[in-house]
Amino acid sequence: MSTSLERGIRTWVAQIDAPIASFFTSCVHCGICADACLFFTETGDPKYTPIHKLEPMRRVWQQEYTFWGRLAKRLGFSKPVTEDELKEWEPLVYDSCTLCGRCSMVCPVGNDITYMIRKMREGMVAAGYAPEGLKAATSRSIRIGSPMGVRLPALQAQIKAAEAETGLTVPLDQEGADYLMLLSSAEIMQFSEIISAVTRIFDEAKVSWTLASKAFEATNSGMQIGSSDLAAQLVQRIVDAAEALKVKYVISPECGHAYTALRWEGPNLVGRAYPFKVIHILELLDELRAEGRLKTDGFEDQRVTFHDPCQIVRRGGIVEPPRNLLNMVAKDFVEMEEHGIMNWCCGGGGGVSANERADPIRRKAFDRKKHQLEGMGVAKLVTACSNCRNMLEEGLEDNHLDEDIEVVGLAEMLAEHLAVSNRADTGESTSTAKE
Amino acid sequence: MKDTRTVGEILSSQGISRRGFLKFCAATASMMAMPPSMVPAVAQALSNARRPSVIWLSFQECTGCTESLTRSHSPTLEGLLFDSISLDYHHTLQVAAGSAAEEAREHAMQENDGSYLVVVDGSIPLGNPGYSTIAGISNVDMLKETAAGAAAIVAVGTCAAFGGIPHANPNPTGAVAVSDIIKDKPIINVSGCPPIPIVITGVLAHYLTFGKVPELDDLGRPTAFFGQTIHDRCYRRPFYDKGLFAETFDDEGAQQGWCLYKLGCKGPVTYNACAVSKWNSGTSFPIQSGHGCFGCSEPDFWDSGGFYRPLSATTADVGTLAGVAALAGAAAGAAIGRMNRSHRARAQARHEKLTIDDIEES
Amino acid sequence: MTETEFLNWVRGPGMQIALAVFIVGMVYRVLENYLIGRKQSLAEPRGSEWTHGVGTMWRRSFTRAKLTTRGYVTLVAGYIFHIAFLVTLFFLAQHVEMFRSLLGFGWPALPPLLITITAVLGIAALLALLAHRLTDPVKRMLSDYQDYLTWFLTFFPLITGFLLINRVGIPYKTLLATHILSFELLLIAIPFTKLSHIITTFISRWYNGAIAGVKGVQS
Repeated sequence: MSTSLERGIRTWVAQIDAPIASFFTSCVHCGICADACLFFTETGDPKYTPIHKLEPMRRVWQQEYTFWGRLAKRLGFSKPVTEDELKEWEPLVYDSCTLCGRCSMVCPVGNDITYMIRKMREGMVAAGYAPEGLKAATSRSIRIGSPMGVRLPALQAQIKAAEAETGLTVPLDQEGADYLMLLSSAEIMQFSEIISAVTRIFDEAKVSWTLASKAFEATNSGMQIGSSDLAAQLVQRIVDAAEALKVKYVISPECGHAYTALRWEGPNLVGRAYPFKVIHILELLDELRAEGRLKTDGFEDQRVTFHDPCQIVRRGGIVEPPRNLLNMVAKDFVEMEEHGIMNWCCGGGGGVSANERADPIRRKAFDRKKHQLEGMGVAKLVTACSNCRNMLEEGLEDNHLDEDIEVVGLAEMLAEHLAVSNRADTGESTSTAKE
Repeated sequence: MKDTRTVGEILSSQGISRRGFLKFCAATASMMAMPPSMVPAVAQALSNARRPSVIWLSFQECTGCTESLTRSHSPTLEGLLFDSISLDYHHTLQVAAGSAAEEAREHAMQENDGSYLVVVDGSIPLGNPGYSTIAGISNVDMLKETAAGAAAIVAVGTCAAFGGIPHANPNPTGAVAVSDIIKDKPIINVSGCPPIPIVITGVLAHYLTFGKVPELDDLGRPTAFFGQTIHDRCYRRPFYDKGLFAETFDDEGAQQGWCLYKLGCKGPVTYNACAVSKWNSGTSFPIQSGHGCFGCSEPDFWDSGGFYRPLSATTADVGTLAGVAALAGAAAGAAIGRMNRSHRARAQARHEKLTIDDIEES
Repeated sequence: MTETEFLNWVRGPGMQIALAVFIVGMVYRVLENYLIGRKQSLAEPRGSEWTHGVGTMWRRSFTRAKLTTRGYVTLVAGYIFHIAFLVTLFFLAQHVEMFRSLLGFGWPALPPLLITITAVLGIAALLALLAHRLTDPVKRMLSDYQDYLTWFLTFFPLITGFLLINRVGIPYKTLLATHILSFELLLIAIPFTKLSHIITTFISRWYNGAIAGVKGVQS
């Protein structure tokens, strides 16, 4: 069955729930959400007002779920949603929304606009309106196993490199391990030093862990494009692997939306609670720190700040762990003016980075981050999401700031300062940052 | 029978001095908001006016109006002015009775056709003519018959002006005001239950002075007396403006003379001269004696939600209504809510899994 | 209809109709939304839906984000309007008497002078918000006829009330009746317009707080 307008509308009817009805009912058109959205603040174009991005779904709600709307529909007074509108709204919903959730934090009447956009995308994709880039990434995720087309051999190569570098074994498919570590394809392809980093940290902390050859990819393009059906398929792979390996925990890596997909949406997508727990790498590292199993040596000598990945912090609830961890290794750790749950998005979340069409506006929206960083005098911008990391690096480069500010992954920074017990190799291991 | 003396001659024959007469004229002129320069003109006009023939019809009434106008205090200039008119017919006051009384009325009507004044107190029952009759003539017939040759009609008291207490719910007699029946004559409504004596004399004085009906408000009342509300001229108004209200009739606020709004005073919506002219020779008026205004000079004052209920309060019972409304809302909401729920469930049931092929094709 | 009949009608049957429509409408509206239902999350919660939901019902009265100028105009005028309107509605002695007649109990009122000030502030804030709605590109884009209708229905009681306190020319009885009628029109409009946010805001905030609360974030 192919996508169609009718299918999209039916999907919305199925997706609209009590919170959404309440949100639409409550909206007073105050427009404050616009100020929370970097696509509006950096362009000044009113069409980027978050609540406006939901107009077609709002009309479906009105026509299908309200007494007066139904009456008007029956009498032929209501304006049906059209293909043209969906075409017009597609870029608003996909190119200029990163699902960052900032609008949901400022709406005075309490509308969780991000929650609505997530459902808005369900109908959009079912109607056949989704960006080519994101469709291609979803296609690769389903058919190949990774949005970037990463296959097992690529991972195996990186494992081999990490083993060579650390002198430690990187466990793969080890049944009965406590933790199943997932990775994002960006980590495998661009930031593979994370593999060495976690290998060394887990070795020091004596964490029983493994990678899985059948489920190494944590990202979920299905969720980004807005299809719960496809998102469920991707989550199912991880669930199957975790169950086969009988792990107690699945570690969500430094990737924002992967955490949301696995931790919060996952059980609802596959339709049952997991027999294992999902823990974010930052949560685990913070636990190890608290238990004294993670010890560090020395401090960063430069000023550092932390970019909160939206899906991990604001939409994920992991606010304090990254700060606890950073304070272990950075003496001059400063916060951006708006940070934590009110941080500004990098501009590339929610599938925007996979959508080439969105490149111009995404790069424009990066001005927000640039302004945030201005005058802070930071030499290192630490983050905990490989997508953020990509976006930040690219944005800094666009603005010729890449000479001044280095973007670093938090786990890697910790690994650099890992206090090594006597049995392992001596000297500080500095992983080579790959550009 | 017909007295052709002027008002001035009658007054002086009764021992009223020129000075006393001028005082009355000045008081009347000031009550009617005329400039002081008008006083001599009023005096002149009144002195020279022929005493008019007045026929007083009392219908469904309590005689309170007559009491107010004639017996409130004596001797008064107001009372004397009544003496100076030719009150040719008045149930309560006339000596004649029975057919003689009716003859007097008919005689006055014939002799003064087109120039006599009709004063009415009491409302007129339309429900059944037998509810109130005089000499076998129903009120409505007598009013029509008498009004036919009148120069003007003065409806004295709220009953005659607006139906008053007989008109109050459920209005068993079908009582109506004079103006509901007579449409072709000037009618001056001097409302109040009872009306203030000087208001009626003022109206008569005005009529005698100028030979015409005074300026009236939209309820037919002379604006000179009914142009402002009790509240506008109330000496307790500063307390209202400060938000100082008596809560009960004997609390500290009541003793301090605070505003009686919360005790149901209708002063803000009642047009009358009580606060200015007061009663009993200017002694006091209801608010001054510690009781809120009833609003007796207003239409339907008896049915305006209770004398002790503040003006801003809702007059209807809403407790049961609120409960019923909540239940009705809940029932309707539950019904449509269930429809919504199943609408959603159906859409979910009809959902066909989106496949990667679907997306790739799109 | 005479002035008196008008006043008596709005004080009695008018208020009954308005209250009935308001109550039926709001109960209905809330249930119509609520009964659509929602899936309970199967994800292991990190925090409580209830505590965070209730927390957001209150917290969302304050903003956490830095806004742009246009946002601050809305914010400041919005605060002034809401506070001024609520104080005027609930703390003018005459209004307390109305509530006493509806609820059976009352509360202390504030001095009329203060209420005059809040009424003026409310009127000024509403005028500013209207001007902003007409000039700000975001608001102008979002607005439909309802935004202007509800603006008027909110402005109407404030302005008639202000005139009533300050006695500007118009006969008191008509003005009082019009003022009460304006309040009744507002009540009637609430369930059918965005004004239903007076209730549903708290439901929305609860959901927002609960959705975030499951993840351990106070939204």
